[in-house]
This record gives sequence, C-alpha cells and structure tokens, in this order.
Amino acid sequence: MTVTAVRARPTRPARLDATTTRVGAARLDWLLTVAVAGLLAAGSLLVWSATSSRGDLTAGDPEAFLKRHLVNIAIGVVLAVMVTATDHRWVRILAPLVYLASVAGLVLVLVMGSTINGSRSWIQLGGMSVQPAEFAKLAVVIGMALLVAERTEGALSTRKAWSVGSVEVAGMLTIAGVPALLILLQPDLGTMLVLSATVFGVIAVSGAGRAWLLGLFAGAVSVAFLAVRLHVLKTYQIDRFMAFTNPDLDPRGAGYNTTQARIAIGNGGIFGQGLFGGSQTKAGFVPEQHTDFIFTVAGEEFGLVGSGVLIVLLGVVLWRALRIAARADDLFGRVAAAGIACWFGFQAFQNIGMCLGIMPVTGVPLPFVSYGGSSMFATLMALGLLQNIHLRTSHGLGVTRSRLR
Amino acid sequence: MAATGSPRARASSATKGRVRLLVVQALVLSLFVTLFARLWYLQVLGGEAYQAQAAEQSVRELVVQPARGLVVDDLGRPLVANRTSWVVSIDRTLLHKMGQGRQDRLLRRLARAVQVPVRQLRARTLLCGEAGSEAGTCWNGSPYQPVPVAEDVRQQVAISIMERGEHYPSVLVDSQSVRAYPRPFGVNAAHLLGYLSPITADELAEAKARHDTSLRGASVVGRSGLEKEYDRYLRGRPGYQRVAVDSMGRVLGDSGKVRARAGDTLVTSIDARVQSVVEHQLSTTIRTARRTYDPVSHRNYVADSGAVVVLDATDGRVVAMAGSPTYDPKTWVGGITSRQLKRLYSAKARYPLLFRATQGQFAPGSTWKPVMTAGALTHGYSPSTRLDCSSGFQVGNRWFKNYESESYGFIGFDKALQVSCDTFFYRVGYQLWQRYGSDESDVDAKDPLVATAKKFGFGRPTGVDLPGEASGRIADRHWKRAYWKANKAYYCKVATHPGYDFLHVFAREFCAEGYAYRAGDAVNFVIGQGDTLVTPLQSARAYAALANGGTLYEPRVAKAVVDPSGHVVRRIRPAKVGRVKVSRSALHYIDQALLGTARTGTTAWKFMGFPLDRIHIRSKTGSAEVHGKQSTSWVASYDKRYVVLMMVTQAGTGSGTSGPAVRKIWEALYGVRGMKVDTARAALPGATPPSGLPVFARDGEILPPASSRRTPAGHR
Repeated sequence: MTVTAVRARPTRPARLDATTTRVGAARLDWLLTVAVAGLLAAGSLLVWSATSSRGDLTAGDPEAFLKRHLVNIAIGVVLAVMVTATDHRWVRILAPLVYLASVAGLVLVLVMGSTINGSRSWIQLGGMSVQPAEFAKLAVVIGMALLVAERTEGALSTRKAWSVGSVEVAGMLTIAGVPALLILLQPDLGTMLVLSATVFGVIAVSGAGRAWLLGLFAGAVSVAFLAVRLHVLKTYQIDRFMAFTNPDLDPRGAGYNTTQARIAIGNGGIFGQGLFGGSQTKAGFVPEQHTDFIFTVAGEEFGLVGSGVLIVLLGVVLWRALRIAARADDLFGRVAAAGIACWFGFQAFQNIGMCLGIMPVTGVPLPFVSYGGSSMFATLMALGLLQNIHLRTSHGLGVTRSRLR
Repeated sequence: MAATGSPRARASSATKGRVRLLVVQALVLSLFVTLFARLWYLQVLGGEAYQAQAAEQSVRELVVQPARGLVVDDLGRPLVANRTSWVVSIDRTLLHKMGQGRQDRLLRRLARAVQVPVRQLRARTLLCGEAGSEAGTCWNGSPYQPVPVAEDVRQQVAISIMERGEHYPSVLVDSQSVRAYPRPFGVNAAHLLGYLSPITADELAEAKARHDTSLRGASVVGRSGLEKEYDRYLRGRPGYQRVAVDSMGRVLGDSGKVRARAGDTLVTSIDARVQSVVEHQLSTTIRTARRTYDPVSHRNYVADSGAVVVLDATDGRVVAMAGSPTYDPKTWVGGITSRQLKRLYSAKARYPLLFRATQGQFAPGSTWKPVMTAGALTHGYSPSTRLDCSSGFQVGNRWFKNYESESYGFIGFDKALQVSCDTFFYRVGYQLWQRYGSDESDVDAKDPLVATAKKFGFGRPTGVDLPGEASGRIADRHWKRAYWKANKAYYCKVATHPGYDFLHVFAREFCAEGYAYRAGDAVNFVIGQGDTLVTPLQSARAYAALANGGTLYEPRVAKAVVDPSGHVVRRIRPAKVGRVKVSRSALHYIDQALLGTARTGTTAWKFMGFPLDRIHIRSKTGSAEVHGKQSTSWVASYDKRYVVLMMVTQAGTGSGTSGPAVRKIWEALYGVRGMKVDTARAALPGATPPSGLPVFARDGEILPPASSRRTPAGHR
C-alpha cells in the first residue's frame, strides 16, 4: 500500500508517525466515548422512570425494563468493543456479510414477522424481538462506503483517476434500494425516512456530482408527490403523517401522541419535575414513552436544562463523528463515518422533532437513549465502527491507497 | 462526472466531499438549533399552558354530591327527604380490554341481575358517535368515566353484585342520594315542593362565571316550587376529591379532599295534616262534580281544575295550598322519561305542572263583591245605602239579569253580599261609572272600584315565595285600550269582510270602538265578570286583609332555613305589602255582612249543623261565568285566624260544589265533630299554627316545636 495523498497535512503525519505501532485505548475518541456514555446513562434513567410506574407493562417489577435495558447496553458495548478492535481489513471483509445478513433479516420479517403498531417490523427470536431494519441502516452505510471505496481504489490501482460517477451512484442506490424496498413493504415509514436521509448524505459526502444530488432530491419529491396524488398512500396514512401539524387529523392516533408529547414536555418547564416526578410520565399519558417518545420523559422530568444537555450530548456525538469523517485517511472511513453521522443526526432530529411536534410521528428510536435491543446494538456497533475508523486514522497505520489527504 | 485523468478532477471529487462534510456539519448544527428553539418555545413560552393541560388531564375531581336539604312542615314532618339510590355502571375501558366472548357473558349476567335487556346494556356502553351507537341510548359523557347502565337498582341486587365482584369485572356499584317523598298523611304537595332536574350546560357556565362552587356538572337544580325558590339553601356545597388518574382514567392516588356540606333544611308553614285534608277535599269535590249533572249545559260538570288555599290570616303564612290536576313528584327522581314529560306538558292531561293556586288566573265572580263593597263604602256609599235588587238591570241596549232572575227589593250592602245580588252591584258600578267615567275614551278617568281592587293587591303578583306566579289582571280602562291596540289590526281586517254572524258583527264593533270603556264594562267589572282575572292566592290574601283589619301580606310558604346542625340560618317572615286604605268601620261592616252568609246567605245550606256560634265563619260564594264553559265555583271563607278559599273550574255554583269541602276543611282546622269543637282534635295543635320552629335534635331527629308539644304525638 502506498500513500497517494494529493495533499498531505504537514503536521499530522509527523505526530502519527511516532505512534504508529501502538494500538491502544488511549487513542480512542474519548469525547465521543464520554458523550455516548452520558447518553446511555441518561437513557437508562429515563427508561426506568418511564416504566417504573407502568404496572401494565412491567407485570409487577418496576425495574424490569431497566434491567433489560442495562443488559442491552452491556451486549451493545461488547459488540462496540469487538467492532472497534476488529482489524479494518476484517471490517471490510465482514461488511458484505453484515449487509447480506440484514437483508435476509428484512426478508424474514416480511415472511414471519410480528406486527406491532401497524407495521411488520419485528422477528420474535426466543423471547426476544429483533428489528432487522435497525441493523439495515448500519449495513447500508457500510455497504455503500465499501462500494465507493472498492470502486475508487480499483480505479487508482489501474492508475486511472477516481471519481464517483453514475455507475458508483447507481451501485450505491442499489445497495440502499434493496433494504429500503423491504422496509417500505413492512411498512416502516420512519426508518425509511432516516435511511433516505442517510443515503443522500452518504452519496453527497462520497463526492457525487451535483446533478446527481439535485436529481435524487427532485426524484424523492416527485415520488412523494405521486404517492399522494395517485392514492398509493391512503388518506388516513397522510392524515397520520401530517397529524403533527394538526392533531385533529388523527385524534386517536398520531394526533393524540403528538398532543400528549407536547403536554408532557411543556409540563417540564425550565428545570423539570424531577426524576420519577413527572405526572404525565407516571400516569402514562404519552404512548410508547420508553421507546420512541423517550425524549418526553427527559422533557418533563429534566426540563429545558436537562433535555438541553441531552441534545448537546447528541450534538457532541455528531461533531465527533463528522470530525472522524473529515480526518479519515481512506474513502471507506470517511464515507462510513459521514454516513453514520447522517444516520444519527437525522434519526435524532426526527425523533426529538416528533416529540416536540415539528416532525411527523414515526417510529424511530432516539440513538443510545431509547429502550430497544436492536437499535441499541446497531448504534453501538456504529459507534464501534467510528472508533475503529478513528483509531486507524490516528495510528497512521494502514494508510490505504485511497488515502486522500 | 467526467472521469478525466487530470489531478484537478481528482482533487475536485475529494474537495467536494470535504466541502459537503462542512455543509452536513452546518446542517446538523442548524437542525439542533431548531430543536433548542422549539424546546424553549414549548417549555418556557408555552410552559404554563401545557402545565395547566397536564394538571387537567392527570388530576380528576370526583365530585362528592352533598345530601340535599330536607323540606319539613310546621311540626317538623319531612315533606321532602332523601334516600339512597343504587347505580350500576360499567367501566368501558376495562370492558373493552376483555375478549368479545367474556364481554358477552358479562353483559348477559349483568342484564339478568339488574333486569335490563342485554341489547339496552350494550347500547348504553357505546359512545355517541361510535359505530352502531344510537342517539338517546348512547353514552354522551366522558369515555373514561364509568357509564351508568342501571339506576335505582334494588339494594339487594346492588349488594349481590358488589359481593361477587369477581363475576362482574369492570362493573361498578355506587350509591347516590336522590329525593324521596315520605308523604305524611298521604300529602302530595307536588306544586309547592317542586322538582329537580340535572343542571344544564348554560346554567353551569353561568355558575362558573359567578365563581359559584356549589354547582357542579353532576348537580341537580330545583325547577319549580320550593326546590327552586330555596335552591341555594337546599343544594348544599359539593365536596370534591382530587385524585391523580392515569391515561385510562384509573385512579392512582388521592391528592386532596374537601368534604361535602349537606344542604340546609327548609321549615315551612305548611301543615301536612291540613294539607292532606285540603288535597283530599279538592279531589273529592272534583270527583263529585264530575258525577253531577249540570242543568245549564246539559251534561256533567267537567271540573277540569281547581285550587284550595289555606292562609294564616294573621300573618300571611300559607298553611296549606293545593292545585288540581297535580302530578307525582317521584316521576322526576332519577330522570324523567320523555313520555312522562310529554304527559306533564300536554293539554290532554290539563297541564298538571301548572299550579292553579298561584299560576291559574280565573274570573273571580261574586267573590269579588266584598272588595267592591269596600270600594263603594269609601266612595260615597254607606251602610245605610239601599238599592234595588231587581231581577234585571238595563244598561244601554243590554239587559243584565240577576242570578236566576231573583229579586229581593231594596236592600243594603250586607244583604246584597249575603244573597250575592248582581243587580244591586250593577247599580253601584253603573252609578260610579256615570259619576266619574262616562267619557268612554278617557283612559285616565277616575275609577274608585279599580283603585280599591289594586289596593287589595289584585293585578300584580302577591310575592309569595313560589316561582312563576301569575299577576292576574284588572280589566280597567288602560287594559282595555292596550288590548284594543294589540288586536285591532286583526279585527279591523275581519270587519271589512261581508257577513253578519257574531264574529263579523263583533269585529266591526271592536274595530271601531273597542277602546271604549262602557257602562257595560263597569257593570261587569263590579261583579267579577268580564276580563278581570285573579289567582286563588291573590283572592285568599285579599280576604286575609278583610280578616285582619286591612293588612296585606306577601304570603310565605317557608318559615325558616335551618342548617344541618340545627342552627337557624334565616327566618323568613311574610312581608307586609301595606294596609288597605279602607276605614275600620267599613271593614267591620263587610265582616259582619259576610258572617251572615253562612247563617242566612248562600252558604247557609252547606253550613247547617255547624257550630257557627263558636267558629265565626265569614264567607262569600261565587259562580263565575266563562264564555263557552261551565261556571267556575268559588267559595272564600275566613275567620279571625284562617282564610280558606276554594275554587273549581267548570263545576257549577260556589256553595253547591265547593261548600261541602270548605266545611270539611274548617272542621279539620278546629276539630269540629257535630256541634262540638274540640281543639285537641284539631289538625293543628290548639287549632293555631305553631309560632316556634321544630326542634332539631342532635341525633338528626326533628321534633315538633315546643309550643305544640302539649298535644299527643299521635298525629305523627
């Protein structure tokens, strides 16, 4: 492997060269780690508070959800460590497998999945329910990054100039399209939105032409327009989607959720009602409060200050992820990290925005905070991947042919 | 993208990627700023509003309805009390969590227990607007509130459902306090007592605007009678229990409690025993009249309505008062059915809600004459006046006949009153009209008889403490002109059509000179015929003024308001409206004259064998003629203590129809047996209304007033 950087940053290689041989925890992105740990801790408290007084959910054990949530975090952290420690070559070898596995999972869901809240998104696996769509987000990001990396590196190896052209974009769209289609069949509109935003972000960061971006954007808008005009979406589905603008459109469904979410958050005020002190949370007015509407617990019990801290922590995660993307030595790393950032960013915005009533009510979890194993595992694995990319960058090791700086 | 081999192109792809990363960063930043702004907007700007909403939905106020106050009679006998009514409700949320099969089984079991058809139970549990719901049967309350499906369930059934809760999941049994009518001596007194019905949305909104916390959504409000007049005392103050509830409306815990305060007791001057006699006599009289043949109209009397008033003449308190037709106040308890309601408002049932004693307006007939006598004696006539009681009297082109064309020759006012001579009074009316008001169109012409009628309180409500009282009407010059103005357009139109039947002739006459107050009007007025109307209570009050030497009272049914612990909150005394400006000697003269009615006059044949020398009954009868109907029977009678007045419409002559009943009432008032007067047997102890209030014992028992306790309590 040779360095083919067009422009290298003068200071960085020097500093990295001195530590090339050390693969150590010291090189982890600590800010990222701390921010995620903070989110995990806050999430645990919030899940606990949201479920402790819900006898109908916990079947008598107020800590039932907390325990399961902590187990999920533990498993997720192990997965994250494993991903972090995996050699980048193995990451790229395993990536297609992860992708294929999640596509297989999505197919399985459609065949034998169970329906919750109107979409067939879960597979029951020995007392556990797995939501393959969560893993599909990660898989799509890795898959697309891999494709770009392989294509451009292949091009470089043959001494041709690399560029993300139509073939690459088409390839990326295919990689994203298969799971997207399967998700659309569930149907899981929320995940679909997050996936779309992520794919768009990945394609943009990969360096595809502006025409492609504009075309994709226009295409998405016209597809949405046609879906409404040709009644692919039923009126009640549109009403449900638009209920955040006017709760009366779907008063018993999404409209109720959005109204209750706003009441709970508004009830928090500046300093909140205190942990376990939220009247709306305790009384269970907000549906799905420990999963999709976990932010309302923060809003009510921690108030503006506490939930603001939560948003800041998420912001730190995104900042670090984007920083890792910007500093990545290879195209795979950059595209993957940027993709993960887009995924986290949009999903967090969609989730909190939905709680605050500025986004449609769709079932997406808040990364690192919401209760739910699949989401927790997928996001922690993505965190692991971010650290992996970061480690490789800071090691100065394995600078690939696609190194760009 | 053009895949050129130049380094510039390569660089551009890479740079593009980095620039785009910056764009993504900027985008992320702006999205997060948006979130912050929105969070600020919700929690700081909208915080208070959302906190209010949160409190509203997570804390529910369960209103604890207070027991409504009692209404008791003069001796403390409850006329209106409360009883416990068991209500079975279904919690919809819990019901719908059960499977269809279990729901069906439960509803069938419950239907058997409370004896309500299953279909009705199911229909009741549906929310209005829900699929399959029907207006009228569906539940229009909160979806989170238990739906009452069976009311007034037998206690046995209620307890058996409560005891076997496991067989009746989602079924709640609750007790509520509703009105009960103990009916001492079988009294009905529906018109006096009134009834209740649930508060309307408008009333609730108004109460809220007044910050009146004694009314709640579940309150019932008095709609007529004493229940309405003294509603604010009787209703008490609801307590409330604030409970935290979850999203399903299930109670999570208490968060505050305010005890309900029971309503105050209303003590009335009604005596249940007298009331029962009065009611019995009224219905007996009506029944008898309906079996009696009327030789004038050649059919039995219709006797469609009637009223009796017994007043304490010395202070204007109502001792008993009844109207017919009446209704059963129980019909209103726990909600009236629309069929029952329709009946109460129907002409066929003769509007039983209308209290004839205070709301019925009738021509007074000859019971009007004592008032006219008082007017005449203060305007130029004297006890020594002698006028011809001829068999008829010519006024203009009309011949006014005496009753049954009898003739008594020249007589004084006393004899004229006793035999109820119409022609005598025609002459009085005609002469006064000639003297003061022969200008037919002069509205302001002096009319001493009208002035006297007004002094005796006619033509305006008496001010009795019962709602919806009628004012009656004095058909004087002003009234006649106003009536003409209001109706002339119609009659003048009719007058232009050809035709010589009664209507057309009348229309032409009315159109041209309907405003004119003629001698005929004056003559009709003086004998209580024509367009003058009075309520029985107005009339009774006027007679009370004759009895007590000229004091006109605002009659009162209520005597006092007593709180649940027995303290008197308010004493209610009849207000004095004023004194009738008639000389003492004139009043005495009338008094003496009316004393003769029972001895030698129109009521003599009904008071034979009555101890008139011990109970000095003054009386005056009346048979008011109403165009197209049988005559109204009136008897007004009084002594120094009581006024007893009775009237029955379409029932014949005064004494003939009402005389026996009036005598029975007098007998009850004084304990008359044959010729003996035994006040110990009188309906009221000592034959006088008790002066004090009943005694409210600590244990809640109500004892007769101390002043009445010397008589045995056997009458309770």
